[in-house]
Order: sequence, then structure tokens, then C-alpha cells
Amino acid sequence: MNALPPTPVDPLLIGGRSYRSRLLVGTGKYRDFAQTRDAVVASGAEIVTVAIRRTNIGQDAAAPSLLDALPPTEFTYLPNTAGCYTADDAIRTLRLARELLDGHTLVKLEVLGDPQTLFPNVRETLKAAEVLIKDGFEVMVYTSDDPIIARELEAIGCVAIMPLASLIGSGMGILNPWNLKLIIAEAKVPVLVDAGVGTASDAAIAMELGCAGVLMNTAIALAQDPVRMARAMRLAVEAGREAFLAGRMPRKLYAASPSSPTAGLIG
Amino acid sequence: MLESTTAFAVLSPVLAIVVNGVPHVCRDERPTVADLLRELVLTGKRVAVEKNGEIVPRSRYEELPLVSGDRLEIIAAVGGG
Repeated sequence: MNALPPTPVDPLLIGGRSYRSRLLVGTGKYRDFAQTRDAVVASGAEIVTVAIRRTNIGQDAAAPSLLDALPPTEFTYLPNTAGCYTADDAIRTLRLARELLDGHTLVKLEVLGDPQTLFPNVRETLKAAEVLIKDGFEVMVYTSDDPIIARELEAIGCVAIMPLASLIGSGMGILNPWNLKLIIAEAKVPVLVDAGVGTASDAAIAMELGCAGVLMNTAIALAQDPVRMARAMRLAVEAGREAFLAGRMPRKLYAASPSSPTAGLIG
Repeated sequence: MLESTTAFAVLSPVLAIVVNGVPHVCRDERPTVADLLRELVLTGKRVAVEKNGEIVPRSRYEELPLVSGDRLEIIAAVGGG
């Protein structure tokens, strides 16, 4: 098989830092830490999201932790505020995360509005974002696909806007590509689809729409073969990005145009 | 009998605090945050500590004393999306 020509450098720029991979992955829902690591490595992701929770008291001191499987020296940890329903909770959680991660300020903000749908509470999200940004955090913000909210979040200083494709963990893919396109068209900061990706084509479509990256967890962790799906997602994000940069052909409804010459047909 | 029990209580004060929502009696009489982490076998683990709603910087663990009634949250990073 012919070797592919080298891909031109096309780094993801977030908050003044440059990343090779445009795929960001969560670390939840895996069978164990070994599978978590295998999947994350197969995905090629450099940025991994983690949740912030009370530590287990009385646990065996030798018990492995997530940090053993995914050392913070090898990956960029992106603490999230999963489980937070108010701005205050999210702010408190991220301040603790900053202390936990030695002053690291790149964070994922999510403030939920409903435990069943996990849909974001955008009002609380805006409140939290404002406080966090004033406190020096670089906020990548999970939000709805409302273009006005996205505009406001960017205006107050979020370093990335992360609209959902569909509900967290639903695997329904991109339900409203039109809203996503509106958000992407206006945003000056990176837009990453976060939530609802189900399979590789969803990720490719997100990138073809012009997303700077994709964040996913369940799509990989709950696949039949998570490590294989992680590989698929890596390829999908790369393929989608290449297609976007290549500039697709126009869609035409009726004016079919043959790829082969119309002259010289055998008579 | 009662007098000796009272005397015992005065001589061996007990430090009752709450850690992660659960009542905890400290092994030491006047523990610092670092002492508590040692007692909980958390030394060397990557954690963050909040005492009565305020984050305790790592640099203060050895010097900051705990008092009865203190509420501690000790948190860590775990798998999540």
C-alpha cells in the first residue's frame, strides 16, 4: 500500500496553547483503568476530561488511581463540573480542581439543569463563566446549541465554546447542524462539539461543519470494542478535518455532471 | 466512677471533625491537615483540601491545625466525561 503523504501541520489552538489532536476524550464509564488507558491512547487524545469527587477514605492505599493509568505528565487534564447544578457549585469545584492540579487553569465548565436530560442550564453557566474568567480560569464551556448564548459566552471571555450535538450519553449525533453552523460562522474562538456523539461519522460531520474539535466519552466507552472505536474516532476527526480544509464540492440537485468525457462515445 | 470518667475525658480530649460528610475522630490531639492526611493514608496522593468552605493550599498542610467541628472536603480527580 502506498504511504500517505505527511499531513500538513494543523494544530488546535486553545487558550494560547497548541495541540496536535482535535479529539478530546472523557475518562468515565470504562470497565477499568487499563481499558481507560488503552482507549485514550488509541484515540490519540492529548486532552482528557476528569471529574472532581470526594476521595475514598479508608480505601487501600495501594489501590490504583486514574492518575496512575493516565499520568498528568503525559496528558493535559481538563477538570469538569459534572454533577453541578448551580454556578456556585461549579465555581467551587473548579477552584478545588485548580488547587488539585497545581494551578492549572484550563477547565471545562458545565452546569446542568436537569438530572434526567443533563441539559445545560445556560443562565447558571453564564454566571459561573463570568466569575471563573475574572478569577483567571481559561474556560471551555459546555452549552446548548443556542447561537445567542454561544455569542454571550464568547463575549465574556470563554476560550472555547462547546455546544452539544445531542444529549450527554445519548449517542444521537448532531441533531441541529444548522445551529452549529451559525455558531461556528460567528465564533472567533474554537468551537468543539461536546456531548451526543455516537459513532465515527458523527465526529467526521462535526469536523466537516467546521468544528475545531470534538469532545466525547460515551461513544468510545460504551462501544462494543472501545479501543477500536477510539481508533475510529481518531481517524474520523482527522478525515473530517481534512475534508473541511479541502473544501467540498458543491451540492447540486439535478445538474448531474458525469466524471467521464461525453465525446467519443462508441457508436 | 463518674468522676474518673470525667477526668479521663479532660485528660484525653477527642478531636471530632467531619471528613467528606462523615464524622471522624482524629488519632492525634492537635492534628494539622498534614497529620490528618497521614492518618487517612493520603500522603503522597494527589488531593485537594477544603476546610470549612475554604481551600487549604498544599503549602499550609503541615502548619494548619484542625479544631473540633471542622468540616473537611478532601477531593481527587476521577474518571468522568
